[in-house]
Amino acid sequence: MERILFGDNQFFAVNHISDEKSRAQAIKFKDDSAIIRTLDQAITAGVTTFMCTTHDRIANICDFVRAHPERYTNFKMFPCMPYAHKYANAVTELGYVGTLKQYVPGNFMGSLFKGGVAFLSKDYLSIMELLIDSEMKMFKGIDTPVIFLQNVITDLLLGLGMKDILKAFHDYVIKRYNAEPGYITMNMPMLLDTLESVGIKNPIICSSINKVGFRMSGGKELYEKTLATRTLRAIAMQVLAGGAVPAKEAIEYVCKLPNIESILFGASSKENISETVSLIHLYDQKYQLQEALYKS
Amino acid sequence: MIKTAVIGVGKMGISHLSVLGAHPDVEIAGISDTSKMVLDVFKKYSSFPTYSDYNEMLEEANPDAVFVSVPTKFHAEIVKRVLEKGKHVFAEKPLCLTPKEGESLVELAKRKNVVNQVGYHNKFVGTFKEVKRILDGGFIGDTFHFTGEAYGPVVVRPSQNNWRANPNEGGGCLMDYASHVIDLINYTLGSITKVNGSILKSFFSKNVEDSVFSLLELATGVSGVLSVNWSDETYRKMSTSLTIIGSKGKLICDANELKAYFKTSDCPANYTKGWNVKYVTDFTDPVNFYLRGEEYSSQIDYFINAIQKKVPNNINDFQSAWNTDRVISLIKNSANN
Repeated sequence: MERILFGDNQFFAVNHISDEKSRAQAIKFKDDSAIIRTLDQAITAGVTTFMCTTHDRIANICDFVRAHPERYTNFKMFPCMPYAHKYANAVTELGYVGTLKQYVPGNFMGSLFKGGVAFLSKDYLSIMELLIDSEMKMFKGIDTPVIFLQNVITDLLLGLGMKDILKAFHDYVIKRYNAEPGYITMNMPMLLDTLESVGIKNPIICSSINKVGFRMSGGKELYEKTLATRTLRAIAMQVLAGGAVPAKEAIEYVCKLPNIESILFGASSKENISETVSLIHLYDQKYQLQEALYKS
Repeated sequence: MIKTAVIGVGKMGISHLSVLGAHPDVEIAGISDTSKMVLDVFKKYSSFPTYSDYNEMLEEANPDAVFVSVPTKFHAEIVKRVLEKGKHVFAEKPLCLTPKEGESLVELAKRKNVVNQVGYHNKFVGTFKEVKRILDGGFIGDTFHFTGEAYGPVVVRPSQNNWRANPNEGGGCLMDYASHVIDLINYTLGSITKVNGSILKSFFSKNVEDSVFSLLELATGVSGVLSVNWSDETYRKMSTSLTIIGSKGKLICDANELKAYFKTSDCPANYTKGWNVKYVTDFTDPVNFYLRGEEYSSQIDYFINAIQKKVPNNINDFQSAWNTDRVISLIKNSANN
């Protein structure tokens, strides 16, 4: 994976600590062209992987990328599914069964209910596979080397102890898309234990990792210990803790940590993008040099 | 280990169940739901015992504590059954359809001496806790007036067909959405004792209201406005906020950010004269398991800690939830006049 990944929260008015900032972003990115412009700025700064949820608007972005292959030769996307609010709102309105009827393509749900056939347990995994296919449709023809499960689902399954489903996601992504599976979570140490228990070694895990312990379940010290002693491919997100930590401090902290393969960040202006990228390069150089000196 | 059962595995039930499943001191004794599909999935993919009849579950699984997350209409009957069996109970909000239904539950819970708690999670959100601390410290002087608001995209088109669209099942914006704000006002500012006028207005729904607009008064004489609308798709999710103005300052607070204005330098430590902006990150400790929001874990941690006698059962008890139901009833009456 690239060292630096570009996120999408700013495009969809997601700001975890300020509703006012969220609304400002919604206005700024009302048009798809504004999103494309910002993505192009990220690419110019050397960030060529876009990690994004499967929001409907991303389909438009994918259309644009497919239509301009010469502009996006090295461009990759890491889909993160599902877009939680779409399904959560559907469950509120329609219930679980209604939601599945709405979103599972084909007549699969219809055939399950016909004649009162008892549910065969393996059909639930087929439902999951169909939903994954439906979420992946918009990315056809685009390079998607890693496919993620969103934190609401990852963590829901984690707490419920449904590790077989976490494993089924893993296996299907590899088998059907020849891609690597990744998990977004707010409970990294617990998830790592669970994934290892179903035979998943060295998983890609994206979680909140920052200087102030924001959304680091189990505490900052436990995360630092896990990174230092366990085998995983960690992506650090929420490095700025939503804006609570100044950029320099925030990035220095993450670059100093061991075992972080990539850093995910979002930004809405050329200046912020290039500031973040240069700070990551700066501290990477500093700590890699220190590590080399220490070893020699 | 505290043996815990969950009755109702819908959207809130499954969220509570996940947090409980991850809790080191909790053993899931059983789950029950009316949906065969839900029970099927849990039978195959989880280790939780499943029941289609909650009474059977209460007998067979014999839990120490029970979570009740069923549509509001069924709270009274099910919570009563759970209390009669002497179990600790966590009920979803609002407590009941009417304060009359809830009265007997408050009394029964007291008599059985069990931990009783209701899911008004805003009391566990760092920014709102800080508002209470600032108000209790008298830092904005005499409170003059407040505005309590909540907006969200629950009903944004006609023809909904579920329990939230049915007034007899506890549906409607007042019971389902506004209850959170009413409860928060009672907690931070003081009990609402009078409602001077209310409008319950529908925008998309046929049989329930989609919004609540009320003029409120506290026992202390403080006035306030309640404005709640669940047909607002400009919000990605429920957005609750309080604005409070007093003789010495003003507070504007939502679940993410607190803006505090102090007229003089007589203000709390870590604040200065004039505007201050604080974020929820300043007030929230990480939880051991996170799902959707720290407050969902914190409220369950509190419930479990109360059972273990590590904390008193005094946040969100049935009495305080009944107080919220009482105000809901005042608002209903006021709208009908």
